Amino acid sequence: MTKPTTFVCFVTLTACAALGFVGCKKKESEGASAEPGAAAPGPAGGKKKAIQNIGSDTMINLAQAWAEDYGKVDSATSIEVSGGGSGIGIAALINGTADIANSSRTMEPKEIEAAKKATGKEPKELLIGYDALSIYVHKSNPLNEISLEELGEIYREGGKIDKWSQLGVKAIPGGEGEKIVRASRQNNSGTYHYFREAVLGKKADYKAGSLDMNGSKDVVDLVSKTPNAIGYSGLGYATPSVKILKVSRKKGEPGVMPAIATTLDKTYPIARPMFMYTPGEPSADVKKYLDWILSDVGQMIVEKSGYVPLPKK
Amino acid sequence: MGDGAIDLAAAAAERRQRASVVARGAASRRRRWELVGESALEWLIRLCGVSAIVFVFGIFFFVLREGAGFLFHGLNLRQFLFSTEWYPTSQSNVRYGVLALIVGTFSVTTLAMLIAVPFGLGAAVFVSEFCSRRMREGLKIVIELLAAIPSVVWGFIGLGVLNPLIQKVFRVPVGLNVLNGALLLALMSVPIMVSIGEDALKAVPDSYREAALALGATRWQIVYRVLLPAAKNGLLAAVLLGVGRAVGETMAVLMATGHAVNIPHSPFDPVRTLTATIAAELGEAAAGSQHYQVLFIIGILLFSITFVVNFTADLVVKGIRKR
Repeated sequence: MTKPTTFVCFVTLTACAALGFVGCKKKESEGASAEPGAAAPGPAGGKKKAIQNIGSDTMINLAQAWAEDYGKVDSATSIEVSGGGSGIGIAALINGTADIANSSRTMEPKEIEAAKKATGKEPKELLIGYDALSIYVHKSNPLNEISLEELGEIYREGGKIDKWSQLGVKAIPGGEGEKIVRASRQNNSGTYHYFREAVLGKKADYKAGSLDMNGSKDVVDLVSKTPNAIGYSGLGYATPSVKILKVSRKKGEPGVMPAIATTLDKTYPIARPMFMYTPGEPSADVKKYLDWILSDVGQMIVEKSGYVPLPKK
Repeated sequence: MGDGAIDLAAAAAERRQRASVVARGAASRRRRWELVGESALEWLIRLCGVSAIVFVFGIFFFVLREGAGFLFHGLNLRQFLFSTEWYPTSQSNVRYGVLALIVGTFSVTTLAMLIAVPFGLGAAVFVSEFCSRRMREGLKIVIELLAAIPSVVWGFIGLGVLNPLIQKVFRVPVGLNVLNGALLLALMSVPIMVSIGEDALKAVPDSYREAALALGATRWQIVYRVLLPAAKNGLLAAVLLGVGRAVGETMAVLMATGHAVNIPHSPFDPVRTLTATIAAELGEAAAGSQHYQVLFIIGILLFSITFVVNFTADLVVKGIRKR
């Protein structure tokens, strides 16, 4: 009885020790490889600079694509991107933990005041592109078009539409019942704020009972798995298993598909600007990055990631 | 191999002998050191014990401090507890009503317990009374493994596996609902119930079982008429600790219940829980704002709920020890 136990103990110990060694070795080699990198003089000279880029969940795909490609342009600067939402980015800007805050809405006067008070500088706004907020339904949903009024009635507190039949949809293949399952966003997301302002009305609130998702991608995921669902999210998050609806300003007017052209000529009614904020004037490294973002290369990435680039000058 | 082992054993014995000679020489010195070491250790352990209390009170005061300003000045407590309207970021009419969230938490927890209690206690009875020793060891390892699965992973199972399954099986429009969350919570609290329930059953003296057997009781009769009544306090404690686990769970319910502010009318309605609300909104609420403080007040509410549950469990466990 004792022998096998001792043996097992021995094996476990050896395994642990081996793992420990591997762990150490890895760390050592990491340290070793990091050193020459640090020693190599970058354009900025000295150590590798890190820029903290925090904020909008809508923009995160874009921010990551930029950060990756920027590594090839300027190897001495690393861009560290994290999401969470426009509110988190702006909060980080105020707390001084972000070099650049991504936001899919403009900063509120209250927030600008708070930032001024905390950092002593006026936050600087930079328009970097647009996002066409798309209305998603399940791919088997026969509906093709929706008006802003109808969207308002679906989402607004006190709105009258809660069945698909009210939109003229008889049956959704694979769906159950007539209920419209509303996918929405958590109540501090920039997308949530923009949709409320643009579709529900400035003073309006959302109807309770929507499924409040924590990310842009989660909304599209939910819609793709739920035949009865409708949801709003950035155009860049479209997948083959969901359908994008044409949107019209009023019922009866022709609907418009979200796209680059329709966003830039303002025929698509629910497109919004995307911003990057810096606390005060950007430092040299940050400015270099922002200039690159506004360059043709940076704007190409906007288009490739599914967003709308700034109009060419 | 055998020879080697013998050699090793001989060498070890020799070393021990030598050590004992040295030890005798330094006996008095060592005793003094031992005494110092002993009291130092005692203090260290006492510190560990006290630190738990310090931490709990520290956390409670931190949560209370963050929420106190609004809790005592300005919050309409009646609206807070009895309104279902949760609009913390409204532009026109901010409302902080958490009734729907409380109902959400309790509906998910209750359903979870309805599923978990029969399974958990059944498994405890089986592990402690019916299975062979080898099987018991195997089962216990697997059950403990179940307890080690992180809740985010459970959340993914809820999103990816249970969501479409519930939609298909029950023919409902959305699979992220009370039932989905409850199934996950049940699976998460079963391991706690099994291990504590098994301990409670093990604590029943064997003389009870022997006496019942002598009277000609069947195995089922022993469980039903002797063990369950004798271990009922311990089993209740097991259930209550499971409840505490379920009430406090965040990540899995955030992902699986649909996160909709809604009073459920059936197990197939999506809901939102207190914990999930804090998790989803605290990160984006500006520190010190009303919304931020209200989230901490929800924290106080949760703290009180888990405190009551754990305190009850504790009293019940104490009840068993007295017997």
